[in-house]
Amino acid sequence: MNITELTVCELQEKLKNKELTISEIVDSYCNRINEKEPEVNAFITTYLEEAKNKAKELEKNQTNGEYTGIPIGIKDNICIKGTRTTCASKMLEDFVAPYSATIAEKIDKENMILLGKLNMDEFAMGSSTENSYFKKTKNPWNLNKVPGGSSGGSAAAVAANMVPWALGSDTGGSIRQPSSLCGVVGLKPTYGLVSRYGLVAFASSLDQIGPITKDVRDSAMLLTLIAGKDEKDTTSEDNGSKDYTKALKNDVKGIKIGVPKEFFGEGINEEVKAKLYEAIEVYKKLGAEVEEFSLDIAKYALATYYIISSAEASSNLGRFDGIRYGYRTPEYSNLKEIYKKSRSEGFGEEVKRRIITGTYVLSSGYYDAYYKKAQQVRTLVSNKFNEAFEKYDVILTPTSPVTAFNIGEKSNNPLKMYLSDICTVSINIAGVPAISIPCGVDSSGMPIGMQLIGNKFDEETILNVAYSFEQEIKFREKYKPEFKK
Amino acid sequence: MSREDYEAVIGLEVHAELSTKTKIFCSCPTSFGAEPNTHICPICMAMPGTLPVLNEKVVEYAVKAGLATNCEISEDSKNDRKNYYYPDLPKSYQISQFDKPLCKHGYIEIEDENGNKKKIRLLRIHIEEDAGKLNHDDLGGGSLVDLNRAGVPLIEMVSEPDLRSADEADRYLRKLKSILEYIEVSDCKMEEGSFRADVNVSVKKKIDAKLGTRTEMKNMSSFRSISRAIEYEIERQIDVLENGGTIEQETLRWDDVSGKTFSMRNKEDANDYRYFPEPDLVAIKLSKEYIENIRKNLPELPESRYERYLNEYKLSKKDAGIIVSSKYLSNLFEEASEICNNRKAVGNWIISDISRILNEKEMEPNNIPFTAEHLAHLIMLIDKGTISSSIAKKVLEELFESPREPEKIIEEKGWAQISDEGAIKEIVLEVLKNNPQSIADYKAGKDRALGFLVGQAMKMSKGKANPQMLNKMFIENMNNE
Repeated sequence: MNITELTVCELQEKLKNKELTISEIVDSYCNRINEKEPEVNAFITTYLEEAKNKAKELEKNQTNGEYTGIPIGIKDNICIKGTRTTCASKMLEDFVAPYSATIAEKIDKENMILLGKLNMDEFAMGSSTENSYFKKTKNPWNLNKVPGGSSGGSAAAVAANMVPWALGSDTGGSIRQPSSLCGVVGLKPTYGLVSRYGLVAFASSLDQIGPITKDVRDSAMLLTLIAGKDEKDTTSEDNGSKDYTKALKNDVKGIKIGVPKEFFGEGINEEVKAKLYEAIEVYKKLGAEVEEFSLDIAKYALATYYIISSAEASSNLGRFDGIRYGYRTPEYSNLKEIYKKSRSEGFGEEVKRRIITGTYVLSSGYYDAYYKKAQQVRTLVSNKFNEAFEKYDVILTPTSPVTAFNIGEKSNNPLKMYLSDICTVSINIAGVPAISIPCGVDSSGMPIGMQLIGNKFDEETILNVAYSFEQEIKFREKYKPEFKK
Repeated sequence: MSREDYEAVIGLEVHAELSTKTKIFCSCPTSFGAEPNTHICPICMAMPGTLPVLNEKVVEYAVKAGLATNCEISEDSKNDRKNYYYPDLPKSYQISQFDKPLCKHGYIEIEDENGNKKKIRLLRIHIEEDAGKLNHDDLGGGSLVDLNRAGVPLIEMVSEPDLRSADEADRYLRKLKSILEYIEVSDCKMEEGSFRADVNVSVKKKIDAKLGTRTEMKNMSSFRSISRAIEYEIERQIDVLENGGTIEQETLRWDDVSGKTFSMRNKEDANDYRYFPEPDLVAIKLSKEYIENIRKNLPELPESRYERYLNEYKLSKKDAGIIVSSKYLSNLFEEASEICNNRKAVGNWIISDISRILNEKEMEPNNIPFTAEHLAHLIMLIDKGTISSSIAKKVLEELFESPREPEKIIEEKGWAQISDEGAIKEIVLEVLKNNPQSIADYKAGKDRALGFLVGQAMKMSKGKANPQMLNKMFIENMNNE
């Protein structure tokens, strides 16, 4: 039995039956990390000794609980009291969080074991994890390729079996796109389903924390754990303490699936398209009603996304000013210089690009033409999704227009890089949930992701539709990351 | 042209700290005077990942202020971010309100120099958070940031440019302050900076409709400085215009010592605050019931007390005006009257001696150290004849110094009035013995002589002898001679 290949659901089973101990699980993961991390570079900080000690302590105290002893990895933009939280930035290289995110408290309460904090694009801005100040994470399927981003460390760690599951954050596709590129399952919940308290903000009206897992059942389990109203986040909403695993019925008969033709047009790789069409046939075979329709928003969505997200980022990142915490330039002669040099030296290129863009679109004289217009388009995009969900239960699209690209291939061309998010950003703009699951591989063996979009707070439907497909094609049994060099 | 051809146009933006127990977006205490950086938490320090939660009391207090100043209350309001960099602003943005303030289009009434009522319109009242404080470090030479005040709730009350003189501005500010005190949303302690104003001044020729270019003086927190600054600025601007110059739109600093304004920054240096809706907070939706409920429970406002004092208590306009000018004086008046059942005496004490001492001490009425009970008991002691009113004045001084039961003060100081007939007689006989001429004068019909004798007796008893008894006994003795 290869312990690190098991899903969390399977680990729970084996812990319950006493086929495995917590220490056996944790030790296997530590060994796996020692073996694969040098190649993959998924972690910014690991806590292997701490994890082993916690495993022993839990065993000694005979602590019981559904998730007791289950390891986890967390993206390094989620605060955990007493641990370094860097956002993959020089700005926060030595920042130790003085408090815990609400979801980190939930994880801790369940006695889960933190294996480490995972790499990402700096402040979650990017689609390849190449914007990390610390390291470039490699795609476990092919080490010359990017894992996607910004939650690239989380997706790569799950794909490489270095953690059984992980938490990421998604502002414009940052959970789904790397999950697609790494052949794992990534869910971006409805805006407001999961508390953002303790998630270092990139774009407050778009950010959501969500699970990255080996399969759909684990995704439903982790979502059940983290979802729900938090008094510390007034934008969070009560979901009635749903158990999302109950939605996994493995039955799509009569489910109406809409396929927006605009998401299969120019810029979408032919092999990706072909796999998606195969997936559509699978759904038809399983009894779903599939229909093509028009959702003509993609071309506005990207511009809207970059205006809104950059505007909010320019304000959210203002607090990194070298005054109270974080990087401060060693030499300065006045206040203005502290600001200017600390921020120039502490932030990377992409972050600075977004801050400048965001500052520009909010400036007096430009606000109406950019930010205000973008908010109007945002309403339009929401309306279009609302209309679509009057007709369909689920909308099916590719997650990423292409499979994983080579490291360095797009890093000097921001516009090309931004197109990686063409299929995912409109979901954040509308605030609806979406899941990415693998639906096959391309001719070079790289995974292809399918995105299933649901109506607000209807995660159950997309989880069930994803689960039914997963049970049918059994991707994990057929394909495994090969760490190609 | 002469000065009489010009008129001043003044607008005020008043910031008042709300007296909620906790800050506007976290549960840190708001109390003043704590050790630096002891009333802070990850939220008001703007630690990465923290989120604000709006304190509902802040909304309630702001709505109260709006209703008390005749504003429309918005059922649909929201918070916005005002972005700028300064070390006392930890998030590098202030959560404020931009285009949808909680309250708008109100007014308050003041009396102008001729005693006529004048409406001063309020453009808006919005809620926002206060910034921290920078302290100069005498040892290290740098600046130290104290974030205790960061996140203390404020309302900003913006007037229309309806004020025409320093005197009107002063009346407006005092009225606004007293309203906020009456509805108990702010303690308005100017010395602690919890009631402060940004002052906008421009001048124009009376015949011109168009307003002149204005200058602004920020964060002023003394009535006297505000009046002086406005008067100076009006004169300065007229001088500039009369000499053919133009007024620059700029921010000025008032210097109390030299009595002049100095330029701080001009329009070109002005910040672009890049306001946008605060995405971390949901919109503020208020129901009609919520607003009406606050309206119903609004405490009595100064206007209504003023009318009541005139009509029911028959106070003079002047006296009623002095008493209602401060909630603390007015409450003192009502509470003490209730206890001692001598409204007229309480009113007189407040208008004369208490007001005089406040003036001498430059003390705000909210800092009066003794209670209404103390004052009432003092008056009751006079009414009972335990002390004379001249002793009572000494007791009042003592109440300001170290407040305690007047009876106790009298006992400690040995100030009780002498009402013992034997003791009084002894004094009377002694005084008569020493002043035969006065007896003769009295008998010759000179009433003044009696007053003189009583005065001598009071002097002899150090003010403690009962004057009525003295009077009576002098007359008896002299008539019986």
